[in-house]
Amino acid sequence: MALMLVKFDLKKRVKLAQSVWFMYWFAVLAGVLVFSMGLFFKIELRKRSELMDNNESHFLPNLLIFMGLIACGINAFGGKVCYDSLDPTKFAKWKPMLKAFLMFCVVFNALLFVTALLCFLMRIPFQFTLAEGLRNGMKYYKDTDTPGRCYMKRTLDLMQMEFRCCGNDNYRDWFEIQWVSNRYLDFSAKEVRDRIGSNVDGQYLMDGVPFSCCNPSSPRPCIQLQMTNNTAHYSYDHYTEELNVWKRGCRDALLSYYGGMMNTIGALVLLVIMLEIAVTIGMQYVNSSLSTLANPEDPESESEGWILEKTVKETFTDIMDKMKAMGKGGKVEEGAEAGVATVS
Amino acid sequence: MAVGKVTFSKAEREKLAEVLWLLNWISVVTGVTLFALGLFLKVEIQKWAEVMSEQGTLYVPHMLITTGLAACCINYLGGKICLDCADTNKFLRWKLVMMPYIICTFFFTSCVLAGALMCYSIRSQLEESLFLGLRNAMRYYKDTDTPGRCYLKRTVDMLQIQFQCCGNTGYRDWFQIQWISTRYLDMTSSAVVDRLRSNVEGQYLMDGVPFSCCSTFSPRPCIQQQLSNRTAHIHYDQQSQQQNLWRRGCRQALLDHYTGIMESIGLTVLLIWLFELLVLTGVRYLQTAMENVLRLGDPDLESDGWILENSLAEMARSNFNIIKNLGKCYQVDDDPNINIPTAAAEREVSSRQVQVPVTG
Repeated sequence: MALMLVKFDLKKRVKLAQSVWFMYWFAVLAGVLVFSMGLFFKIELRKRSELMDNNESHFLPNLLIFMGLIACGINAFGGKVCYDSLDPTKFAKWKPMLKAFLMFCVVFNALLFVTALLCFLMRIPFQFTLAEGLRNGMKYYKDTDTPGRCYMKRTLDLMQMEFRCCGNDNYRDWFEIQWVSNRYLDFSAKEVRDRIGSNVDGQYLMDGVPFSCCNPSSPRPCIQLQMTNNTAHYSYDHYTEELNVWKRGCRDALLSYYGGMMNTIGALVLLVIMLEIAVTIGMQYVNSSLSTLANPEDPESESEGWILEKTVKETFTDIMDKMKAMGKGGKVEEGAEAGVATVS
Repeated sequence: MAVGKVTFSKAEREKLAEVLWLLNWISVVTGVTLFALGLFLKVEIQKWAEVMSEQGTLYVPHMLITTGLAACCINYLGGKICLDCADTNKFLRWKLVMMPYIICTFFFTSCVLAGALMCYSIRSQLEESLFLGLRNAMRYYKDTDTPGRCYLKRTVDMLQIQFQCCGNTGYRDWFQIQWISTRYLDMTSSAVVDRLRSNVEGQYLMDGVPFSCCSTFSPRPCIQQQLSNRTAHIHYDQQSQQQNLWRRGCRQALLDHYTGIMESIGLTVLLIWLFELLVLTGVRYLQTAMENVLRLGDPDLESDGWILENSLAEMARSNFNIIKNLGKCYQVDDDPNINIPTAAAEREVSSRQVQVPVTG
């Protein structure tokens, strides 16, 4: 008992072939879309790879690019086959490959589904990469004279201004590192020496933040230095001051930016999967309807089309039997060899 | 002596009509482009409208928008007309409309040219507007509690960050105004009171700039206060000073930004104008060719097409004569000495008229 049996006459077959051909062209565009999304994501990761300590994994964008290219290829091939299916002579040369092609399509769809799943799950390792990278980035903020790290200050400043964030978790992260280089500290001043002496690592720590943390929406000029000292500034209470510096941490900001991007890409890949499943089913119908012609010589005869020749259960048991037979076939050969070996 | 005379056979006329139909449809697309360019320019100007003193510069995008819409309508109509012109019978429908249509299109094409030239000429007006607007914006920077001005601080900060500029002409403009609100000044402190007393207007002036002037290229943390005092900061040498803040003035930055946009838009509009002129010439040739063929009577004959029937000088002369005759016509009718004639009265009038020049 075939799965989802449908009867076809010539007109219906022609209509089916035409619509599946049309859908294959949309599927090629969808493949291009997946490819370009992978490329876009890769470029966005490269842009900010400094903030992730050049440690970020490019596995997901590379996979998307690869899948996009394969999708274009098989959909173009499928479109060609559909176009030729209207002409029995042309179709005859594609016929032997179709079963393998359809199996390949099913496997490809499964891989696409795994890709979509990865898009949603990659957020978690990404979080750790970001946290590590930002912490190191902030440590190197002051090293504008060290080759290889001299652009870290600019990168961090631009990032804090663009993403409206400050520090790793919040602005207090800046209080824990020395972000003013020793070149710009007056070591003859008592105040500087006291501060450096006041902690174990000999670092110049202060309760101040760089200018890029400042919030332009604040009604008062930005307070960057002596932020925890209420008496240093007129009418200032650092517990209730909301608008002075950005309150959000940069790890959160970057995570939501990239997370949003990955979610959108994952959702689009799911839509592409649905389209691919539709064209695979359509191709299966085309294949089955053209191979069950009532009168093989007469192209206008009736035929039947299906998704599976037998029911799901029977197909499954068939596959299991085939695999067992393959396994047994191997075993029988071994047994014969062993027999031969013992004889000789 | 016709200007630009070309002879068209029947097949050539039909080809011309088809080509013009296609060109008219392309012109509709260019009309949409013109509309979109006008809209884009309007949005760009509105973005920074708060730092411009008057909105007079908005007439350029408005002109582009209306011209773009007019282009779509005129060229759509032109496409319809040209399609019908291939057939002499259908041309009769449009015969009377053609001449007014061509004159309309000619005026519209000159509007497109005017729009393109305006894009290039607006620079000086824009500079004046930006100078005054930025000066006021900086003056009201501190008024974050005054309704209507409370967002100026944010606008100026975002402007300085985005365009990498500081002040009107340079960063020293900030030394001449009070940009810290008195709400945040401790009036009990002697330092503050001294500073307020040190100038005529009682303003708290200082040699400091807002944080948005800080350059991201500087290798050292930003120095915003006591900028004129070399000794206040360690190793504050010439190079540090150069890299510390943005050197460009915001007026120059915005002017460059808008001039760049308007120059590209002006160039595109000039190209569109040339294209429209081409289409107009083609339509004029088609109109004259079809009219001549109708005059000859046989639609299969060859006919001439031209831009002007007589040379420019003759046309000017004939127009001048028409105007003179118009004048003469009115003179004769308004003369109160002339009655509506009986036959005797006519003879009297003519003899009197003959006498007048002799005595006068």
